[in-house]
Amino acid sequence: MELWQSIPFACILLPLGSAAITSVLSKRWARYWTMFVLCCLVTLSAVFVVNMQGFSGSYTYMMGHYSAPWGNEIRAGLLEAVTALFFSVIMLLSLMGGMKKIDEHLLSDKQSLYYVMLLLLSAALMAQVYTNDLFTAYVFLEIMTLAACSLIAARNRGRTLVAATRYMIMNLLGSGMFLLGITLLYDLSGHLLMSNIKEAIAHIVTTGQYKMPLTVVIALMSIGLGIKSALFPFHTWVPDAYGYSTPTSSAVLSSLVSKGYIFMLIKIFHRVIGLDVIRSTGILDVLFVFALVGMIMGSVSAIRQNDVRRMIAFSSVAQIGYIFMGMGMGTQAGMAAAIFHIFAHGISKAMLFLSAGGLADASGNHKQFRHLRGSGFRSPIAGVAFTIGALSMVGFPFLSGFTSKLNFATAAMEMSDLSMLLVLLVLIVSTFLNTVYFLKTVITLYRKPLPGVHYPKEKGQRGFCFHAALVLFSVANISLGLFSQSVMDAISHGLAHFG
Amino acid sequence: MARIRNNYENTWWPRLLRWLEMGSSALDDRLEEEMEETHEGHLLPSAEEIAAQEAQREARIQQKLSDELEMYAHAHQWSRTKGARLADWAYRILAVVICVSIIWVLLQTASHLPSFGSPDNPAHNEVSRRYIEKGMEETGAVNIVAGMILDYRAFDTLGESNVLFVAACSVLILLRMSSDKNHTSSVHQLEIEADDRMYEPKNDLILQRATSMLVPLILVFGVYGLFNGHLSPGGGFSGGAVMGAGMILYLNAFGFKKAQRFFTFPVFKTISACALTFYAVSKAYSFFTGANHLPSFITPGTPGNLFSAGLIPYLNIAVGMVVCCTMYAFYTHFRKGDM
Repeated sequence: MELWQSIPFACILLPLGSAAITSVLSKRWARYWTMFVLCCLVTLSAVFVVNMQGFSGSYTYMMGHYSAPWGNEIRAGLLEAVTALFFSVIMLLSLMGGMKKIDEHLLSDKQSLYYVMLLLLSAALMAQVYTNDLFTAYVFLEIMTLAACSLIAARNRGRTLVAATRYMIMNLLGSGMFLLGITLLYDLSGHLLMSNIKEAIAHIVTTGQYKMPLTVVIALMSIGLGIKSALFPFHTWVPDAYGYSTPTSSAVLSSLVSKGYIFMLIKIFHRVIGLDVIRSTGILDVLFVFALVGMIMGSVSAIRQNDVRRMIAFSSVAQIGYIFMGMGMGTQAGMAAAIFHIFAHGISKAMLFLSAGGLADASGNHKQFRHLRGSGFRSPIAGVAFTIGALSMVGFPFLSGFTSKLNFATAAMEMSDLSMLLVLLVLIVSTFLNTVYFLKTVITLYRKPLPGVHYPKEKGQRGFCFHAALVLFSVANISLGLFSQSVMDAISHGLAHFG
Repeated sequence: MARIRNNYENTWWPRLLRWLEMGSSALDDRLEEEMEETHEGHLLPSAEEIAAQEAQREARIQQKLSDELEMYAHAHQWSRTKGARLADWAYRILAVVICVSIIWVLLQTASHLPSFGSPDNPAHNEVSRRYIEKGMEETGAVNIVAGMILDYRAFDTLGESNVLFVAACSVLILLRMSSDKNHTSSVHQLEIEADDRMYEPKNDLILQRATSMLVPLILVFGVYGLFNGHLSPGGGFSGGAVMGAGMILYLNAFGFKKAQRFFTFPVFKTISACALTFYAVSKAYSFFTGANHLPSFITPGTPGNLFSAGLIPYLNIAVGMVVCCTMYAFYTHFRKGDM
């Protein structure tokens, strides 16, 4: 085994081990250390992607001295490598952009704990991406839930505690359903290793035994992870959780945590249960319908908002709808489009949350639209970044959002007539609604400010890190739009070896 | 000729507009602003400022309450809220129906599962067979549960101990009182201190005597559980829980002053961090050598000896330390917000 093949292992163990060390550091050193670890993570993931491109298929890596069904194991392929790279880049940039805000919003003796949470969250995300064992997935899912919860509650003020409580209740419901699903699945198959479960399930399906428990297992897992990733009817925790926490938390929660759960669900569909079995149960149709309704309703709720961050939060609900729609199509092209949208949405949404934080700061800490008037001039880089993010969400050509919408439309062409029409119609309506609220915001940013109100100018100067993060996010967004074909190739190549 | 509408407010178009506006009613806006305008979080102001702010806040809260009551009364006339209330009822009934149907489905599922304890269940396969038959020989642990969780599936257990750590950190973020050194403590903090002194045990002699006899026994039993986790039932999680319970008992009998002599926040942080780092580093070594098929200096040893089973006893101690510290931290922070 070559040395670079140990990179997934290092990506999990490095943040996990350094999180414990971070808790004893002072806030300044904790910040430097976290930045250093995340930079290492990005570098390692990038090296891994480069190496993985010359490697066909995927390989497994034993975590210990015992081979797979007895010990733990992780598995890496091109898709996992690309996903890990995107996740670690978004994590690093979100931290960079919100660092000053963390300093403002959090009590000074709690900041190092906040960095502990971020590191554990990155470790859990990496473990979700690479794991090949269902129980390991559950353990790290639990770390993700708890860490995300305290990321919300860390800003101990106003509605964040209510938001964190609501988030916890909904997410624990989701975890509970997922755990119930794993337990029942273990009872049926006798395994926790994903590939072994798949074999056992193929056997169950051919014998026709345990048909009903299997359906219930699939439903429990899909709906559990759907709740955790804010699928439409279960999205009520979203606006408070994303709207009131510190910007880094909102960016990380909306771009990474919910995407981690979705990636897990895609992995379960492909590697644990098998796409053919999934198609025959009809769960995909349920997800498809929820997703279509969510795409419209999320946008309608976003239009009604008066607060820019709550608006972005509701827009997330609509975008999660897009991803689940791609998954619900059940075709390989739909899956690939969904995964591409995970990346595109992650990059744009984190940038939107960060720049909205900067714009609100330049407007005397107000997030209402009437106060945001003219903030694009007061904080120019944040204004431009917000515009790029908004255009990407709307689907402006050369940006990542355009490619993902195109992918969804192309994937829809393979479906039957009725669903194709439905998808295209909903895509058009949803794009129209997106345009309404995002362009409204962008226009607000560049209108004349409220008469007679003066905002302190120095608050708009957010420092080098914030601007650097926004510039890097914009560059990433544009390059994801321009070089979308190679990313799509990597995704479809990785998906072929994913199951 | 256009018809003049007296009742324009209640026609469908204004109602739709009102519904669209609902997310941003006037009261909501004001609440928002108040939330944003309050002072910066990390600066603790002086006592007079706080008193003035408290008075202001009190007045604002009164105002808000009366406003809200007014709005509530306005909003809860039957004619006005007919639809909302009916929807509320429908919602409740629907919730009950959905819950009952989910329960029914789950019960049905349970009855369709493989029957419990029968030998040809899918769960009785080569995995558990190897754990049972070869577990002792391969891991060196007489207690095969310890061998399973700390050697075969050590990665999961590494995650589990980090779940505990993350839970402890969350509790610290939520409940820990801030203690900025260059500021005098705030009014709120002093109040809580006074409140805490009221509930401190008042030198309960019976409790203290019983505790001074029991606590050493409990701690010794916990340490025994840790050190013999690979030989007999016990292990990191249970031994650590016993030790944590013993420390909580000591704290309850003798109060925070005495407990603080040996267990403070820095001690807690250091122990947790050292234990978790040791776990992560040693297991990283083991994973790396295992995956690359390199020779490793960790050997199972002779099963039954105290120093055997490779890393398991040390990992048990590390896990136990984390569990014990976490339990104690939970207790103190829920009780007082500090250690």
